Amino acid sequence: MPERIDFWGIPQPWGPILVYSIVSLAAIVFLVRFYRQASLWWKVGRPERRWNHPLLRLWNLVKVSIAQLRILRQRYPGIMHLTLAWAYFVFFLGTALATINGHFFKFLEGSPYLIYKFVLDIFTIVFMVGAVMAAFRRFVKKPDRLTLSPRYTWSLIFIIAIVINGLLVESFRLAIQKPDWALWSPAGWALAQLWIVTGIPQVVLQGLHVAFYTIHFLSVSALFVILPASSLVHIVTGPLNAFFAELDRPTGRLAALPLNKQSEPIYASTLRGLTWKQLLDADTCTECGRCQDVCPSYNAGGEISPKLLVVKVRDALRRDGRAIAAGGPSPLLVGDGISEAMVWSCTTCGACDQECPVLIDHTGLAVDFRRYLVSEGKVETRLSETLANLSRYGNSFGQSERARPRWAQSLPVKVRDARKEAVEYLWFVGDYASYNPQVTDVTRQTAEIFQKAGLDFGILYEGERNSGNDVRRVGEEGLFEFLVEKNTAALGKCTFQKMITCDPHTYNTLRNEYPAEVMGGRPVQHSSELLQELAASGKIQLTKKLGYRVTYHDPCYLGRYNQVYAAPRELIEATGCTLVEMPRHGAQALCCNAGGGRIWMDEGSLRERSERPSESRVREAAALPGVEMLVVACPKDLVMFRDAVKTTGLEGKLVVKELAELVGESMA
Amino acid sequence: MNQEILVLVEHLRGQVADITYILLAQARLVAQASGGKVCALLAGHGAEGLSRDLAADQVLYVDHVALQEFNGEAYTRLIAAVIAERSPRLVLLGDTSVGADIASGLSARLELPLISCCRTIKAEGSQLTFSSQICGGKLMAEGPIPAQTTLVTMLPGGFRVEQGRSAHPPAVTRMEAPGLDGLRITLKQYIEPKGEDVDIARQPLLVGVGRGIQRQDNLEVAQELADALGGVLCATRPVVDQNWLPTSRLVGKSGKSVKPQVYLALGISGAPEHAEAITGSEMIIAVNTDPTAPIFNVARYGTTHDLLDLAPALADKVRQAKGG
Amino acid sequence: MKILVPVQFVPDLVEELVIDAGGDRLDPYSIRWKLNEFDEHAIEQAILLKEKYGGQVTVLAPDFEGVEDALYEAAAKGADRLVRMCADFYQGTNSHALARLFLSFVQQNKPDLVLAGVQAYSSLDGTVGCLLAGLLDWPYVGYVSCVKPGDQRVEVRKEYPGGLTAELEVQLPAVLGIQAAETPPRYVPISRVRQVMKTSKIEEFNGDLDLMGGLAPEHMFPPQVAARAAMLDGDVDQVADQLVAILREQGVL
Repeated sequence: MPERIDFWGIPQPWGPILVYSIVSLAAIVFLVRFYRQASLWWKVGRPERRWNHPLLRLWNLVKVSIAQLRILRQRYPGIMHLTLAWAYFVFFLGTALATINGHFFKFLEGSPYLIYKFVLDIFTIVFMVGAVMAAFRRFVKKPDRLTLSPRYTWSLIFIIAIVINGLLVESFRLAIQKPDWALWSPAGWALAQLWIVTGIPQVVLQGLHVAFYTIHFLSVSALFVILPASSLVHIVTGPLNAFFAELDRPTGRLAALPLNKQSEPIYASTLRGLTWKQLLDADTCTECGRCQDVCPSYNAGGEISPKLLVVKVRDALRRDGRAIAAGGPSPLLVGDGISEAMVWSCTTCGACDQECPVLIDHTGLAVDFRRYLVSEGKVETRLSETLANLSRYGNSFGQSERARPRWAQSLPVKVRDARKEAVEYLWFVGDYASYNPQVTDVTRQTAEIFQKAGLDFGILYEGERNSGNDVRRVGEEGLFEFLVEKNTAALGKCTFQKMITCDPHTYNTLRNEYPAEVMGGRPVQHSSELLQELAASGKIQLTKKLGYRVTYHDPCYLGRYNQVYAAPRELIEATGCTLVEMPRHGAQALCCNAGGGRIWMDEGSLRERSERPSESRVREAAALPGVEMLVVACPKDLVMFRDAVKTTGLEGKLVVKELAELVGESMA
Repeated sequence: MNQEILVLVEHLRGQVADITYILLAQARLVAQASGGKVCALLAGHGAEGLSRDLAADQVLYVDHVALQEFNGEAYTRLIAAVIAERSPRLVLLGDTSVGADIASGLSARLELPLISCCRTIKAEGSQLTFSSQICGGKLMAEGPIPAQTTLVTMLPGGFRVEQGRSAHPPAVTRMEAPGLDGLRITLKQYIEPKGEDVDIARQPLLVGVGRGIQRQDNLEVAQELADALGGVLCATRPVVDQNWLPTSRLVGKSGKSVKPQVYLALGISGAPEHAEAITGSEMIIAVNTDPTAPIFNVARYGTTHDLLDLAPALADKVRQAKGG
Repeated sequence: MKILVPVQFVPDLVEELVIDAGGDRLDPYSIRWKLNEFDEHAIEQAILLKEKYGGQVTVLAPDFEGVEDALYEAAAKGADRLVRMCADFYQGTNSHALARLFLSFVQQNKPDLVLAGVQAYSSLDGTVGCLLAGLLDWPYVGYVSCVKPGDQRVEVRKEYPGGLTAELEVQLPAVLGIQAAETPPRYVPISRVRQVMKTSKIEEFNGDLDLMGGLAPEHMFPPQVAARAAMLDGDVDQVADQLVAILREQGVL
């Protein structure tokens, strides 16, 4: 009867004793080493509560680290990694079952045993496929986002060697045993033929079996020992990071500025200013580079990348962590390895956080560093002037508050003043929609559409200030609070049931960051959501079917951050246009590079062969067959893409229109 | 007090500044109406020759080694002495790095009234009125000039340089320098502006960019237009301060004054510090989205189109026109 | 080294300038006042000197609307003493009056160096720094873009037209007219200003206004657009065509 024989072919009693003692010792070494590394997270980093909802956290772990759904987003590397990872899961499970079988409850006999053997062997083959894919990728294809250092090469070689070794051990046993059920171990049996055919004597085979078995358990023990320092530690840190991911805060809400016991703010000047979770993030990074691939700033600039940001924190932790934990000095992070340029180049689009297979929060890290730089006054001139304008005039354009409602002056029907009369919808217009001459036409059109729909709405006129979304992301918490105060005071005097805005940035902060007492549970809608509702309920009649072939750009703060994907698309379809999706659409949309205060900063010089994200985006749109129009739902996108169409010479080939313009045309 | 108009001759490194001729032109106008004389005060060391084309009735020349280069303290003492001796009706100085260093000091020391940012002085007989422009060109102030020796610092723009030049050298009278010992300001050295690329002051066609260009890489658009036209790019202070263009391209009060045949002002508001440096142009064409921008007061033609739209279109058309 | 930075407020040109009923001056109550930009540079230069070479920086500001915000911001940047000058400014003021008030402060407090903004665009009667120097009989250099202290003296860079600069040596005590600080005025986060508000004190200094020497204009008005530009009509292409024709006529094409 087929059964698993514990320690087959291994000299007793020393064999098992040696194996158990050495492996156990290796495991202990692993635990000690890992603890020494991990303890730095909470010894150096700030405290943070991440233990709530344990079951939900476990479920996340299963989705992210076991099913590895994020990794599967890219086909080749996804299959490659899953084969390697799952093979090891199975091998580990196999060894665990074997141990249980050997010492507690014998069940690996008969059919269960055969299935057990079969599964293990199949996964060996699966692993080999993955190994070939990985080797080809790392040594031949060499994609830009990978770190091709010896560290990673050795890790790959090592894990492949262990599996080959294991297969060899099995093949020698099968060559000796020649059991009837050998076909249930197809891979091992196939290799065993080699030894059988070459007629190697029994004794030699036995010797080889013991030898390779020894190498096997020694190399696995070695793996345990070196794991904490090798790149393979992500086997442990990855699931940990997924388990401890942020659950309480929506992505659209930044973490509050932490205060110490004297109520003074704590800035991320040194490692001590980061939370233990952020340090865990840094230690988890596998340098896969997916974040870098989707980062608009990296693809336009060069050395500036989310991966590099995290890796630099990790390097600092490895270099100084122990000394800091022992009470030594904490060197500054920004300025040493992490340049100020790197910190400022983030657009806070969130694409990196979304792609990361181990759920690292890059954006939060960048904002924390910005908070530090702002606290030190290390702000470049143009941004400094804009912040001063925001503080003094409440808008980023440096124009008088009295000029804010000027866009509405030429409208035949006056827009209601929400400060003076109760309205159902309070329309928080936003800076760009109010002041930028490229956008005000669209704002007027939007107002007229609302009026035609019989909507009961009003605006705050001069009482409105910049909502503060990007001010917060630039790291100026004090100014953000100041703007919130001003807006809160203005809103507090108004009577309304719902809020609308056409600016996704405004939408994000009103929805996620403004104090609950201010919002009073009242919903905030983006104009695309409202317009879609109005069209669906017939309050506006989209009589003229436009028939354009269009594509739609998902704004970062509407799509990725707040999951509003459907309403704009339904609206486009309702106007009778055909929507063709760009390759990077929905949650994978490429940021136009205006967010995170980038539109207030000096662009810096571009690498010669790189192009601006906005230019890359309009080219992507124009490349779609038959598409003549790029539809946007954000005033900053409108400005950025119209400029990009000019600088890429696509005038006449691609037209950029705001959703409201499309709706207006369809209502004519 | 008599009706003499005293004009300070500003010169730097052997060249008389344009503002001096403008002051002389203004002085002549007042002198004609009030019956006074125009007296130019030239201080220097071996600099008598600089007086040859000054349109003055008389040149007072003071020679002293301490006056070889401009020195605020020395000049203040000198002018104070001249005023004390001659009691002129007006003392005209340029509103410049030279004139503004001494005018207010003289006003304080001698307790004489001072008018600054003056564009023009009108004279009806002995009645003089001043017209000054302040607040970035957005405000005019006019009023009578008091009936005592008055100091005036003037901005260019009211007269052309040629009006202050004379074909015949004026009469020169030498004057003794007052005591110039114990000066508390000393010149150590001059520092030349770095790396002269192009001398914009000699260019017949200039494309000027201002704040309206917004971002550094929009400069490409302006450069393209300049290239198409065969002209040179220059800029106002905000652009140069950001290091988007070198200081040698600065047009303005602390930069260069230019007199091209055509000056194309893109996204420039036209504040006095810049406007005064381009008034010598034969023709100014202004592109600015703000219809109330002061640049339109000095430009011959204007448009409120966005320069980012107009410049590429114009560059295309110019290339077509040149290419045939 | 004791450094004094006397500052001024000027009308914020972002808003419309309102001329009062008499037609001869701006209506100070309708004007939005802001700190003179050159004075911001003077503050920055003073703080830079203090940071590099030590010393004490005092900022002296006339009592206009927003004076406290301006002083606290200066303190957040590093100024040591904040002084608000109280006088009836809204009745009428000019550079001479301000200079005289600054004079009495200087005489009482005896700074070594006074840094003032080189000019203020609302002034009709000269520059306050130069007036102050005249009243004190101290040397004055304007259009300064760099200051380095020495032994009882300072080395400065003075800007001339055309990009030329001169290096001068000035004996202390002296007044300098700052055109630009060595680095642009630094940014202070609002949180720091709020913090400073809790710990800093603003002193008061009283004085009388003496307007002698400054001229009261007869009337003030927005400039008449006498020779205004001929505005070109049409869309971008049409305007471009017209410009090509104009340039041709001018002989540059």
